[in-house]
Amino acid sequence: MRLSRKATLVMTPDPGSTGAGDDAADVVRPNSLGREGLRRIKRNPLAVVGGSVILFFILVALFAPLLAPFNPRDISWFDQIRPTRIPGPSTAHWFGLDAAGRDELSRIIYGARASLVIGVLSLLIGAFIGAMIGLLAGAFGGWVDSLVMRITDIMLSVPGLLLALSIAAVIGQSQTSIIVAVAVPNIPLFARLLRGSMLGERQKDYVASAESVGVRRRSLVMRHVFPNSLAPMLVQASLALSTAIIDASALSFLGLGSADPGVAEWGRMLTDTTRYLRVAPHLAIFPGVAIMITALGFNLFGEAVREALDPKLRR
Amino acid sequence: MLTVRDLKVHFPITKGVFFDRVVGAVRAVDGVDLTIPDGATLGLVGESGCGKSTVGKAILRLVPLTSGTVRFDDVELSALHGEALRTARRKVQMIFQDPYASLDPRQNVESILAEPIRTHALRKGAAIDTRVVELLDSVGLPRTAAGRYPHEFSGGQRQRIGIARALAAEPSLIIADEPVSALDVSIQAQVVNLLADLQEQLDLTYLFISHDLAIVRHIADDVAVMYLGGIVETTSAELLYTRPLHPYTLALLSAVPIPDPIVEDTRRRTVLEGDLPSPANPPSGCRFHTRCVYVRDRCVTERPELREVEPGHMAACHFAEEIAVSISPRPAVDQRP
Repeated sequence: MRLSRKATLVMTPDPGSTGAGDDAADVVRPNSLGREGLRRIKRNPLAVVGGSVILFFILVALFAPLLAPFNPRDISWFDQIRPTRIPGPSTAHWFGLDAAGRDELSRIIYGARASLVIGVLSLLIGAFIGAMIGLLAGAFGGWVDSLVMRITDIMLSVPGLLLALSIAAVIGQSQTSIIVAVAVPNIPLFARLLRGSMLGERQKDYVASAESVGVRRRSLVMRHVFPNSLAPMLVQASLALSTAIIDASALSFLGLGSADPGVAEWGRMLTDTTRYLRVAPHLAIFPGVAIMITALGFNLFGEAVREALDPKLRR
Repeated sequence: MLTVRDLKVHFPITKGVFFDRVVGAVRAVDGVDLTIPDGATLGLVGESGCGKSTVGKAILRLVPLTSGTVRFDDVELSALHGEALRTARRKVQMIFQDPYASLDPRQNVESILAEPIRTHALRKGAAIDTRVVELLDSVGLPRTAAGRYPHEFSGGQRQRIGIARALAAEPSLIIADEPVSALDVSIQAQVVNLLADLQEQLDLTYLFISHDLAIVRHIADDVAVMYLGGIVETTSAELLYTRPLHPYTLALLSAVPIPDPIVEDTRRRTVLEGDLPSPANPPSGCRFHTRCVYVRDRCVTERPELREVEPGHMAACHFAEEIAVSISPRPAVDQRP
């Protein structure tokens, strides 16, 4: 009798089935709204492209030790490096060597791991804390709402990268500092988003009807308002992933990542090459393209999620 | 018995960047008295924006009351807060206008119907499932509907789910806020008749809010006509439709089409000029004087009280007696099939 709760977590109301004339007929169109959203995503070519890129990226990150031809820290080919010549792509090293004589392809493959971990963790942390704050404001309203929203306004008034830089400067050079630095500017975005959509949902009749039935306030918010306010969060999260990956690369490009020079991270790899740009342009191209393709994949997929969940764009 | 006395609901209009400053109020409901005896149906009619829905919501305390009292049986709803209010609400339930907005899209029918039962601990364990099936039966929905979600149903079916939810709390009074106006005409009759059957079976009292005069005549025992936050006329359904005393009621009735081309072409019509004035800045004196065809000087300065013009017939017009004399008995308004 019950359908799975999970399957319906991303539903939005479907204005399509307004067939009031078929009242005598039993029950119409037994497809769930979540499945409808999934179907829309599958049908969208952008989503298929974006999804494939993301899947490829995740597989590369997961199976890096199997895929990489060499150890990314191995400097065995150091003797081939000259001030005026860093070997480019060859059959032995498809992406060439880097300035320290390491295999560039292996480093790109391992770099996917760092980007995935940093991107996903920072987004999850930012979205989670943001959602908690937004929930607080949306659930209580009144002065709690005003206070929380003024604080997020202050956070929003500081440019994201500047905020991230200051945070990284305080915490010091490490992978954790990048994660925190990327996560924090996300907090006010998610807080505002959830609060706004909760305020919108609260005005709807089904909330008034639950209230008139005598539902307690906590269950009113947690059972009715909150689950119905999550769709915009989901869209924002899938779009913010690409920004998180770019921001993380930017921060490590600026030298805020791990102090260990052996760590393979795309942004860091770009920094290392700036000095050799003329001698070895491949060292800038490969990590740059890797960042671009991954970010593009998440962006395309995020757009598709937004289109699938936006009732105004339903065809 | 529901008694509403001098109910006022004013929504503040605020201005200001940092601190809200109250600069005025929308007088959505401005001094309404209603009485509904047990088992009866009161129809509350009026055009959109006149505050009739707000009256319904105010009775359930879904909007804050500015002043006035709402008493149901021995409980003064308007004096309750918190847990006491939550428990007291069980006796008074509401059916909402828009069946597409009034059901949580993420809850299946079973959990929509079980919620009032659980929250008031009316049944326990397996008895809840039995009760859900019973409720579905009583509104004529198949038992298989329990596992489905609101979007899988048509408008009429959804409205019946809304009715079943209201019944789940085992109320004595049901406030039906335009329960059929969002539905197809062909479905309206089904739902209205279902409401009438349920009233008989369960001994319910109804406050039936609507702008559809024909449907109100069909279901209501008494009718109250509302204009700009106040009641302008109230009497039995029979008297109101045959012998209206307030100029506003006259105008409303003359807008109801009559399915007889000869009567329709020859009858005298009172056409209302202009729009409903803003309840934030209501006209002086009689609220209706800006649109009334019988307007005189007195109407501009003095607000008429709702008074008993004839036995069992209240109207808020200074000249109700003259109107009673000048208007011949009107042709009956048709009932919808």
